[in-house]
Amino acid sequence: MFKRLAEAGAAVALTVDGKPVRAVSGDTVAAALLAAGIDHCRTTPVTGAPRAPYCLMGICFDCLVTIDGVGSRQACLVPVSEGMKVETQQGKREAGR
Amino acid sequence: MNAVDLASSYDLIVIGGGPAGLAAASLAARAGVSTVLFDENPGVGGQIYRGITSTPVTNRLILGEDYWAGEALANEAEASGAVVVNGATVWSLDPERVVGVSIAGKARLIEARRVIIATGSQERPFPIPGWTLPGVMTAGAAQTVLKAQGLLPDGRTVMAGTGPLMWLLAAQILRAGGKIEAILDTTPRRNFLRASPHLPDFVLSPYFAKGLALLREVKAKVPVRRVSSVAAVGDGKLREVVSDRGRMPADLLLLHQGVVPNVNLALAAGTAHAWNERQLCFQPVLDDHFESSVPGIAVAGDGAGIAGGTAAAERGRIAAIAAVRALKPAAAVPDPQSVRQRLRREEMGRAFLDWLHRPADSFRQPEGDTLACRCEEVTARQVRETADMGCEGPNQMKAFLRCGMGPCQGRLCGLTITELIAAQRKTTPAEVGYYRLRPPVKPITLAELASLPISEAERKAVER
Ligand SMILES: Cc1cc2nc3c(=O)[nH]c(=O)nc-3n(C[C@H](O)[C@@H](O)[C@H](O)COP(=O)(O)OP(=O)(O)OC[C@H]3O[C@@H](n4cnc5c(N)ncnc54)[C@H](O)[C@@H]3O)c2cc1C
Ligand code: FES
Repeated sequence: MFKRLAEAGAAVALTVDGKPVRAVSGDTVAAALLAAGIDHCRTTPVTGAPRAPYCLMGICFDCLVTIDGVGSRQACLVPVSEGMKVETQQGKREAGR
Repeated sequence: MNAVDLASSYDLIVIGGGPAGLAAASLAARAGVSTVLFDENPGVGGQIYRGITSTPVTNRLILGEDYWAGEALANEAEASGAVVVNGATVWSLDPERVVGVSIAGKARLIEARRVIIATGSQERPFPIPGWTLPGVMTAGAAQTVLKAQGLLPDGRTVMAGTGPLMWLLAAQILRAGGKIEAILDTTPRRNFLRASPHLPDFVLSPYFAKGLALLREVKAKVPVRRVSSVAAVGDGKLREVVSDRGRMPADLLLLHQGVVPNVNLALAAGTAHAWNERQLCFQPVLDDHFESSVPGIAVAGDGAGIAGGTAAAERGRIAAIAAVRALKPAAAVPDPQSVRQRLRREEMGRAFLDWLHRPADSFRQPEGDTLACRCEEVTARQVRETADMGCEGPNQMKAFLRCGMGPCQGRLCGLTITELIAAQRKTTPAEVGYYRLRPPVKPITLAELASLPISEAERKAVER
């Protein structure tokens, strides 16, 4: 859905659900997911529908993912860092895990 | 700056680092007022100047000179002596001006003699069929990753909606070498009638020439169609966009129908709000100095009512001058009259834009299975039927249907629920009111709460 205009920053290695993803410093986790073509980051607790980042400014909470073991973080507000482990969330919110 | 390094109190806490917050914090700090600014984003700039200190988009033509004007504000704040903390989410503010803030997983409660809320705006909810499908996002979202990360829409991109920001983003995408299949313009034709009395002011305002140039730039490259319905269709992700003018395959649909004040924090702090019929949103009730109904708490910038980024900075300055005068009457401040004059110039032309781009009822008051509340997946039909059964307000609706109970705390459904109830019960949004909001206005984990240092007094109260 998105491509990079320029690769300004240094490469940052993440894993998303265990698979390696290459991000760039300056990315938020949500931006890294979009640039990597990962098409959803969670499924809803009510009907299990897939969701992807919608607002990218911290208000919709559709970008919730688990980051380094902490559930329900807003991927659009968290900058990537080397070795970060991102997991998509299925169904039930995993807040405060 | 980490949570533990913060002082336990400041003269002034500014919440939000967009133009309003940056201008307010700089002015106050330069006048010698101890000032801290919190913003939850990794960098300053707010929405208009997102990524201003770090954007990888170095070709200045792409984002345009109005974007780069933010550099001066960011530099001014940096040099002012204000403590600017990014990655700092404010989750509570009470009427005694105690601010709850989380930084890197650690929470603190910090006191202030004055608070300026400068949390800005958000895009108005755009509840159409399929708006929760992956592949559908707001125009602002695409603009945010363009500014901050240099990401450009790839694949078949369609835009739908109304308002100056949609055209600005279209131009930025095109200048960056991107492609837009079509723009579905949802501006109701009859809006022009209501807007036309304000045309003379608009023609004299700074928006006029810029707006025309943008339209021309975009229309030269992108087919534009007037539509009166839009739906996103797909199974698990967007496949096509359907309007009353036909269907088109699409990978990305960018929606936008204007911006509205981000009211959650101001409401949770107990400030009075009122319905703005022209802009179709709630906004805080403020005096001439942007002071709210709660003493010592001001709201500046687009959070005070939409007026745009340059006006936001001037409003921040006015609020900061009032704060400095209250805290340090002897300190030198800029002449408020000249600030007000600039503000008036910026606010000119707004009425025309507001009336012209006022979204149609059908795009604000959905029907049938269209989701009104994204988080709890509550449909428009459920809301309408519950209103028909006698439910009079959003708080009761929340108890019946759980709408507004999800993590977004009503940010993406609040206006829709209010308007749906008003429509069903044949009354006004002002009568219906908005969700009652309480802190925390952003989710905070148990671990963060547990990290709150307990004061001497609190410890004495529980220790025997
Ligand atoms: C997505 C989007 C894109 C926009 N793009 C443009 C544009 O390109 N050009 C234009 O003219 N106008 C744009 N606008 C309109 C915008 O409202 C501007 O007029 C301007 O950014 C308003 O400035 P402000 O200082 O009032 O608030 P903002 O610039 O919105 O800044 C508010 C800041 O507060 C922070 N914040 C909010 N809540 C909290 C909290 N609880 N804790 C900590 N920090 C918080 C936010 O992270 C944000 O940085 C945009 C609006 C949106 C919503
Ligand atoms: S994408 Fe909306 S909160 Fe992150």
